[in-house]
Amino acid sequence: MEKFTTHTGLVVPLDVANVDTDQIIPKQFLQKTERVGFGVHLFHDSRYLDHSGKEPNPEFVLNKPEYKDTSILLARENFGCGSSREHAPWALEEFGFKVIIAPSFADIFYGNCINIGLLPIKLSEDEIEQLFVQAQGANLTLTVDLGNNNVSFTKDDGTEISFTFELGKFHKYCLEEGVDSVGWTLNKLETIEAFESKMPSWQ
Amino acid sequence: MTTSTAPQTLYEKLWQTHLVEEKSGETPLLYVDRHLIHEVTSPQAFANLRFHNRPVRHPERTIATMDHNISTRSIKIDAAGEGAANQLRALEKNCKDFGIELFGMGHKNQGIAHVMGPELGLTLPGTIIVCGDSHTATHGAFGALAFGIGTSEVEHVFATQTLRQTKAKTMKIEVKGHVGQGISAKDIILAIIGETGSAGATGYVVEYCGEAIEALSMEERMTVCNMSIEFGAKAGLVAPDQTTFDYVEGREYAPKDDVWQQAVNDWKQLKSDDDAVFDSVITLEAKDIKAQVTWGTNPGQVISVDGIVPSPDDFNDPIEKESCVNALAYMDLEAGTKITDISVNKVFIGSCTNSRIEDLRAAASVVRSYTAKGQSVQSSIDAIVVPGSYRVKEQAESEGLDKAFTEAGFEWRLPGCSMCLGMNDDVLEEGDRCASTSNRNFEGRQGRGSRTHLVSPEMAAAAAIAGHFVDLNA
Ligand code: SF4
Repeated sequence: MEKFTTHTGLVVPLDVANVDTDQIIPKQFLQKTERVGFGVHLFHDSRYLDHSGKEPNPEFVLNKPEYKDTSILLARENFGCGSSREHAPWALEEFGFKVIIAPSFADIFYGNCINIGLLPIKLSEDEIEQLFVQAQGANLTLTVDLGNNNVSFTKDDGTEISFTFELGKFHKYCLEEGVDSVGWTLNKLETIEAFESKMPSWQ
Repeated sequence: MTTSTAPQTLYEKLWQTHLVEEKSGETPLLYVDRHLIHEVTSPQAFANLRFHNRPVRHPERTIATMDHNISTRSIKIDAAGEGAANQLRALEKNCKDFGIELFGMGHKNQGIAHVMGPELGLTLPGTIIVCGDSHTATHGAFGALAFGIGTSEVEHVFATQTLRQTKAKTMKIEVKGHVGQGISAKDIILAIIGETGSAGATGYVVEYCGEAIEALSMEERMTVCNMSIEFGAKAGLVAPDQTTFDYVEGREYAPKDDVWQQAVNDWKQLKSDDDAVFDSVITLEAKDIKAQVTWGTNPGQVISVDGIVPSPDDFNDPIEKESCVNALAYMDLEAGTKITDISVNKVFIGSCTNSRIEDLRAAASVVRSYTAKGQSVQSSIDAIVVPGSYRVKEQAESEGLDKAFTEAGFEWRLPGCSMCLGMNDDVLEEGDRCASTSNRNFEGRQGRGSRTHLVSPEMAAAAAIAGHFVDLNA
């Protein structure tokens, strides 16, 4: 996993609540045994007018030319609800997103993002609202500083705005260091074996 | 089992008995007793194991089935198309290489993971069960802590038999009293989600309790717990009781003899202490719950069958208001329409929510009540019944349920996830309107541009014959 320290990027606003993982990556694109090839199908049903994904929907925000170089997705509440498919964060990452910002995330999706090094940031409704206002017209370039737990940007009138966010200690450590979490736990085999030796026989 | 003086909730007891390590600065490490896998969310996890040259630490604790992708018309692997066949073959090879037991195409134990696990006795009270599928919450019906995981976590479980988890908050949902005649477990859980909203339990593990829950059979409890994720809960739990023990005893993988006795003794401790404190408590009166039908595009957008489609004006919250506007447009419904005036052209009876034998019996009994009057499935409607596993299928056929369905014009299919998510060819067309016993009515879930109404098996069966939703209890 790549290390995450700071990131500065253009924010694209997706003004829809309860975006589920079926919308992020529909089921017909899950029939792969590799971990690549999902980005082109990201938000398929909204992004394309046809079934085969050849005709982009000009109305969909990700297709607007001004957001072409985006790397930060701004979303509404309960982002990533529904199916546990990790293909959803894979698709977001492959499309080019490094950070997702929302007032709330579904639990499984949140964990999946952390596990692949895609940073999910929770901000308050009010902060999110301010970002939505600023992000119209591809007008928001945001700097995410993981070490200091904050995001910052400069408003049109020159004022500097900064919001702090919370992140679990270990989650932060894993993202900053690009930790192989399986390898990390495998270093604790003795502790796991000790636990197993005490389990009741039915378990 | 640990004994502790401070009163604990059931969730806290399960957490405590599975805590391998809790260290400052690290997410707690929990032991995983049972891991269920399927073809769609496992291949990349196996690939990573190979890449790092790591074995599966306890292959005997993992069981594989084929369910998501498979055809419901043929047991041939190739029948579900090339992409599906690749994943199914990859699962076969991975299970063989890593020593994992697989219930492949046509195996007598094959079925949807969350139907197969409980019926084989793989699902036990007091365990932690995970699967790369969000409806793993189903197994919580046994007093097991069961939740869905992503593919990176599947790999973590393979390699270590543990998972890192942040402790959830606890929510108690008490359903007081008894439900009325003809009210199913599906109606109970839909009514709960209608109350909490589709994200009302995000960050929580929910424990269902109260007389109405205690009165449910194991299969009904599974239906309730299955949909915990549909209001955001990490997991759903029901404390195990005699109903649970009676169900588990004697099943193929369940403990036997002395070990069984020991297990039951331990399981009897698995309930929230009387004075345990929950972070949130919700109470419903069972007698107020009526048969439910979803009208929108998330499971929280649900109403009683004797109600009308709501209007955006009925919501104060601006986000809910806008969701209502969008849902009515997508569902092509007008506010004020009576639910019983909504016609459907597709019916799906199946999925890990409602494809067990009791579900099929309930649906078949409604079908028989219509056939007795000479009525059958409307010619404009395609209706399919998909049993959850080969065991359910066999049982249903031995009771003649398949005949009841086919003679009334339903198709009787082979087990699988089928139209619940439409990864195979059981998909809805654009504009189709479906009465479905599954668990998600998201936009496009059953096919792009298709419209899903979530209902009980009884309601789905009646809709297939009447052509529209029916208040069977009127
Ligand atoms: S039946 Fe539906 S919800 Fe259940 S496991 Fe299969 S796809 Fe998931």
